[in-house]
Amino acid sequence: MTAATAPALELDDLNVAYTVRGIDRPVLRGVTLSIAQGESYGLVGESGCGKSTAAFALMRYLPRNGKIQSGSIRIAGQELMSMSEDGVRNLRATQVSMVYQNPGAALNPSIHIGDQVAEVFEIAGGSGAQARERTHEILGKVQISDPARVMRRYPHQLSGGMQQRVVIAMALAKDPALLILDEPTTGLDATVEAEVLDLVALLRGEFGTSVFFISHNLAVIRRMCERVGVLYAGRLVEEGQAETVFTDPRHPYTVGLLRCIPKGGLRKDVHRLDSIPGFLPQLGADLPGCVFTDRCGLAREICREHEPEFHQLGGGHASRCHFHDEAQTLPRTTPSHTEVPKRESNGVPVVKAEHMAKTFHQEGHDVRALDDLSIEIRPGETLGLVGESGSGKTTFARLLLGLTEPDQGSIVELEGHPLAPRIAKRSSDDVRALQIVFQNPDAALNRRFSVRRIINRALTKLVGAKGEGRDTRLRELAHSVRFDVRLLGARPAQLSGGLKQRVAIARAFAGEPLVVVCDEPTSALDVSVQAAILNLLADLQRDKGVTYLFISHDLGVVRYLSDRIAVLYLGRLMEVGDAETVFSAPHHPYTEALLSAVPSVEGEERPRIRLEGEIPSAADPPSGCVFHTRCPRYLGAICEEQEPPLAEVERGHFMRCHIPVDELRRLQAEPPPPRARGSQAKTTS
Amino acid sequence: MSRPEEQVVLAEHPLPETPRGEGDEEARVARRERLRLLSRSKTFLAGALVFGVFVFCAIFGEAVVPYDPLGSPTDILNKLEAPSSSHYFGTDQLGRDVFSRVVVGARDILVVALAATLLGTVLGAAIGLVTGYFRGLVDDVLMRIVDAFLAIPLVILATVALVALGPSKVTLVVVIGIVFAPIIARTVRAAVLSERELEYVQAARLRNEHAPYIMFAEILPNVTAPIVVEFTVRLGYAIFAIATLTFLGFGVQPPSPDWGLQIKENYVILNGGYWWPTLFPALAIAALVISINLITDGISRVFER
Repeated sequence: MTAATAPALELDDLNVAYTVRGIDRPVLRGVTLSIAQGESYGLVGESGCGKSTAAFALMRYLPRNGKIQSGSIRIAGQELMSMSEDGVRNLRATQVSMVYQNPGAALNPSIHIGDQVAEVFEIAGGSGAQARERTHEILGKVQISDPARVMRRYPHQLSGGMQQRVVIAMALAKDPALLILDEPTTGLDATVEAEVLDLVALLRGEFGTSVFFISHNLAVIRRMCERVGVLYAGRLVEEGQAETVFTDPRHPYTVGLLRCIPKGGLRKDVHRLDSIPGFLPQLGADLPGCVFTDRCGLAREICREHEPEFHQLGGGHASRCHFHDEAQTLPRTTPSHTEVPKRESNGVPVVKAEHMAKTFHQEGHDVRALDDLSIEIRPGETLGLVGESGSGKTTFARLLLGLTEPDQGSIVELEGHPLAPRIAKRSSDDVRALQIVFQNPDAALNRRFSVRRIINRALTKLVGAKGEGRDTRLRELAHSVRFDVRLLGARPAQLSGGLKQRVAIARAFAGEPLVVVCDEPTSALDVSVQAAILNLLADLQRDKGVTYLFISHDLGVVRYLSDRIAVLYLGRLMEVGDAETVFSAPHHPYTEALLSAVPSVEGEERPRIRLEGEIPSAADPPSGCVFHTRCPRYLGAICEEQEPPLAEVERGHFMRCHIPVDELRRLQAEPPPPRARGSQAKTTS
Repeated sequence: MSRPEEQVVLAEHPLPETPRGEGDEEARVARRERLRLLSRSKTFLAGALVFGVFVFCAIFGEAVVPYDPLGSPTDILNKLEAPSSSHYFGTDQLGRDVFSRVVVGARDILVVALAATLLGTVLGAAIGLVTGYFRGLVDDVLMRIVDAFLAIPLVILATVALVALGPSKVTLVVVIGIVFAPIIARTVRAAVLSERELEYVQAARLRNEHAPYIMFAEILPNVTAPIVVEFTVRLGYAIFAIATLTFLGFGVQPPSPDWGLQIKENYVILNGGYWWPTLFPALAIAALVISINLITDGISRVFER
């Protein structure tokens, strides 16, 4: 086969192992896949499945204790396994590019963007001047509006989305045969993610590059890839056209993964999410028969004894399951139906915030992180808080909790009585009443303490429990968060992410709180674990009547769990209303854009509304309506001159927009208008 | 080189969730793992071996040496004998056996160095925790004082203090401890600054924990690694400092077999060709400091993982 017609990538029976304490532990088990020229192939699976190992292995770039035991890797027809080190290095320099998750770490912080990108061209053999010229050109291609200016900047002066554009520009600079994207948008805001994904799709059309796309996010894969492979415990368990795999999955693992995702319309009060029982097998565990047996609801004797072959189902769809035709009958691990009794509301909001504001003083600038926010949280409800990073979500939570002191004039009331601004001044009842579950359980739990000590301390401090009474409470708590009491002696590092988050939830519930702030509680977790945690939060709310302030960038998750939703932008409340009202038109134009940015696993494409440019700096917010600089439905001068009031457009539905609600309803029924003003991403200065 | 790549792999795959018993046992497992890694480190083993010999000398030195290190009335007859099979390291101007003096001399320097470093570490860790945790005004004031201390050369500060307080082992311990505290405080403060941003500290504040509890019960256990490393680094410097100060006459007084003192007493006769009473104590200082540095290397690599 010549290089011109060979597939961009061919892996044949690739086996990779890591040597840990002298023992080889298999990470990839006989992975066979191929990516045709110009094709985009997605690899999905939970963390620890071997996705990233696959990406590194195919460039022969494994850590020192990793080795390729057998198999073959061909990139554009060239066999890597028999190649010399120089050959591999040359191949990496010319044929393969990789884009990693964290663009901030992929760029050298002390070299100007221009010099970094130009280096790629210089290695390819261009002169200095030529290289800079081509740098200018490629930065334009990744839709950076002022390449000359960006070239003079250092990486830290650019936003995350802009950095990722630069990394993509560098990756494409050598016109590679294969572009590997390893979670390229994880950690970016939904709107920025959408832009980066759009860009990758656009450039793929232009350059004809083959893409190997690795992600844990099924919806992103669905949107970006023609074919997908599902990896579990280092074994490719299902493969096929993206559409087929997502609509007609034939492996219990794929079926389970898809059921974990809160899809449009599902709500906590009528539907429980399914989750996958058990845990990913330990690295290099001995797995006879089918790798998924231990977690599979359909497993039978044969699964334990015989490794299923890769059953071809036609159309390139294949499943490594003995009972692939039954996969979709996989029994649920949790009952799908749930009933939540209607709550009685006595009309007194549990939290009432009025004119909440917070100004940070940074290097001589006043940064308004939160501006005149007034909101009520009703007892027993979940208020979802959404918005891009920098919108003031976390600041609001911190003010409420008393971790940060609000500006003068801010008022927070808890069940009708005013709360002291700082936690140290609050009564012990108030302290107990407001608790939080943080995003990252690794940082939220003291890694030197055992689980028992972490929860006991909360019990002691919050409710004054001691001795036997405390032991009983500890057991009850562990039980209510479904945490095995036998693990109470373990330290956080010995637990999986999901178990750690359960401990954090138990700690938050130790003092029978009224309100629990959930700050992105599932965004560090895999989908199957996320589903279990969301179910747990819903159960706890049902049993204890607790109120949640739920902060998340994942709109699907927010929609699933929230009764009402508040949308923040630049520290201002743009829209608030019942969850279903906010999610169905008419929306505030900002909400509309946020919603359209989210890819869905069902593959239904909402008309994409592009948000141009980046969030303006809170130190220098735009005049009038703060959203006017990016608004897809910009009206005219009035938007720049007057700040619209937060008006009640429907019962209980408030919106801050000059456009009359009927007009919005009409506009949003049509396809979005093309935006006239500047269509390229702008840099912040 | 350490092998960070192993950690990458382990971090991605959490340990199995099977019950493993109680937390104390878990702590033991972690400690055993660290010891296992240390026992594989050649630098650490080499350092520990040499250091162990010196500790042995310090404890049992007097019992094993062939001669009385403080000398006997008849010694003067054998003064300045070159190294031989009866006097391995020769004899000094008073005819005392240099080998015996070097062996027994390990005790004073080790005890004083350990006590001084311990004092400095405890003080420094406390200052570092307080400044790092509170930041703001407390941080500014304390750190400026620390800076002022750092600006004064050790020897000058020590000289003044020793002259004022009179030379004794306790003075040495206090002076070196106080001089080291600011340096250790800086390192600990840096570690605390990043640690206090972690959410478990906020979780503690949300229980309305008092600052001392947060600093000493929550944060301190998480910054032990830099403190231990700093302790071993400073131990090496403390030995140099003690040797320097005794050499200058401000430390231990004659007829102690202190190494710095031996060098002071004998370096003037170096150009007379009598190298042995100076060389052997000097080598002992060098060997001890190097062994501690090797141990430091080994420990910091294990902690870095």
